[in-house]
Amino acid sequence: MIQFEAVSKRYAAGRDGLRDINLMIDAGEMVFLTGHSGAGKSSLLKLIGLLEKATRGQIRVDGRNLGRLKGKAIARHRSRVGMIFQDHRLLTDRSVFDNVAIPLVVCAYSHQEIKRRVRAALDKVGLLGKEKTSPETLSGGEQQRVGIARAIVGKPPVLLADEPTGNLDPELSAEIMRLFADFNQVGVTLLIATHDIALIKTLPYRILTLNKGELSADSMNLHA
Amino acid sequence: MKKLKASRRIGGKHRWNANKLLLHHLHAAIFSLGRLSRNALSSLLTLAVIGIAIALPAGLYLLLNYASHSVSNWDENSAAISVFLRQEIDLPTAQALQQKLLQRADINSIHIIDKDSAMQEFRQFSGFAGALDALDSNPLPHLLIIQPTLNEDSSTQDLQQLEQALRTQPEVDLVQIDTAWLQRFQAISNIGQRAILVLGSLLGIAVLLVIGNTIRLEVYNRHEEIEIMKLVGATTAFVRRPFLYTGLWYGLFGGLFAMALILLAIFWLSQPMQQLLSLYNSDLILSYPGLPTWTAIVGGSILLGQCGAWLAVGQHLRKIEPS
Repeated sequence: MIQFEAVSKRYAAGRDGLRDINLMIDAGEMVFLTGHSGAGKSSLLKLIGLLEKATRGQIRVDGRNLGRLKGKAIARHRSRVGMIFQDHRLLTDRSVFDNVAIPLVVCAYSHQEIKRRVRAALDKVGLLGKEKTSPETLSGGEQQRVGIARAIVGKPPVLLADEPTGNLDPELSAEIMRLFADFNQVGVTLLIATHDIALIKTLPYRILTLNKGELSADSMNLHA
Repeated sequence: MKKLKASRRIGGKHRWNANKLLLHHLHAAIFSLGRLSRNALSSLLTLAVIGIAIALPAGLYLLLNYASHSVSNWDENSAAISVFLRQEIDLPTAQALQQKLLQRADINSIHIIDKDSAMQEFRQFSGFAGALDALDSNPLPHLLIIQPTLNEDSSTQDLQQLEQALRTQPEVDLVQIDTAWLQRFQAISNIGQRAILVLGSLLGIAVLLVIGNTIRLEVYNRHEEIEIMKLVGATTAFVRRPFLYTGLWYGLFGGLFAMALILLAIFWLSQPMQQLLSLYNSDLILSYPGLPTWTAIVGGSILLGQCGAWLAVGQHLRKIEPS
């Protein structure tokens, strides 16, 4: 599903983001990506979501060669990859419903379809009663769940999460991880960047470790 | 059979794409309208600026157009020559002169306005009745209004020759050709038209910049929203569309506002204008412009709105990318 071949990312300042990454994630896998701050976790996710382009190497997602995509094709790719951020990135001047509906509006779903799908997504993350409220009035955990609902509402086959539990207490973090495991159960491929080693040690998934922009470890967590 | 199925599938896809585009347009149109109404006060201020900037040159143009139109209606009498006779000439002498002049080939008709009826008319319309009563005698001379024979090859030179001939008559005091002021008016009107063109172009550019700047500011304010839209798969065209519709609405409502202002001005001007025209013995009335004029004003305004919006979003939106 996701394939990196000798991928490097160099930023304008001459700083290396990523160096010579080779990597293969199969469809339906759930993988954790860990490493220190600045190790390149976010860069790697941005390359997959096509928020940035690789300086060298080739990335394939779902058979698409990302380096070749332009204009509309970039937009289409982004709609097929759900992204979740630590800072949620919600629009505070719109209701929870409107925030979750954005990906569907972009794809021109009918009004009824949007309503049905948004309610289903909010139900999935346990926020069905909060459609009309402003995201600002919600707790950090709830805002994160709105962000997750927005990422899954278009039913993308790939979900990327960048420190989704960064600001949450352990209990809420575990709850979010259970949610991700549920998505994985129905076949969604997930790549979750986190530095919460304690949490992922308890979960039976593959762990990729980045160190200074290089892939230093790729192991299956068998201890959980 | 296979082919048929394939073509049907393609047709279906086309229809689906068309529906999708229509839905996108509808959404963008309603969404941008909603945004304008939510910031009602600032939207109204912008609309007022656009409306005034369009109403000013358009209104002036209509007025000038109307004035030249009224004047051109007088054209058939325009070549009339007024010949004022000397004060001491009496009516029989004037009539004799009329008969004599009528022999000339270049004179078509002559109408005498005798001093008494001229006095009466003056008394009636000038409002100097009291002052005129104080005079011992009628100071007005007899007046011959001469209609020259005009055909396609008659030139101003012919007219000047006639004027010269009239001037040399011993009974004549003053010869006045009405075309002089007509020509002057035409010249002034030409200058006016150009001035309005310049004013209109400048104000049109101003409208373009006002709309462009308003939309550019909106793009800036909604930076975050645009990023998120693009993050979840919006194309640049999708993000741009509501802004273009915003320009369309500004143009449409600004044009309608300008139309209202012009109507109000015509309504306000119509009565005094009527009075003025009646003084010139004109039966013209100040009429409201027709559909083509309104279409031109509102259409032009919409065009300016669209151009302004394109100016604002052109390269700018492409550069906003999620990070």
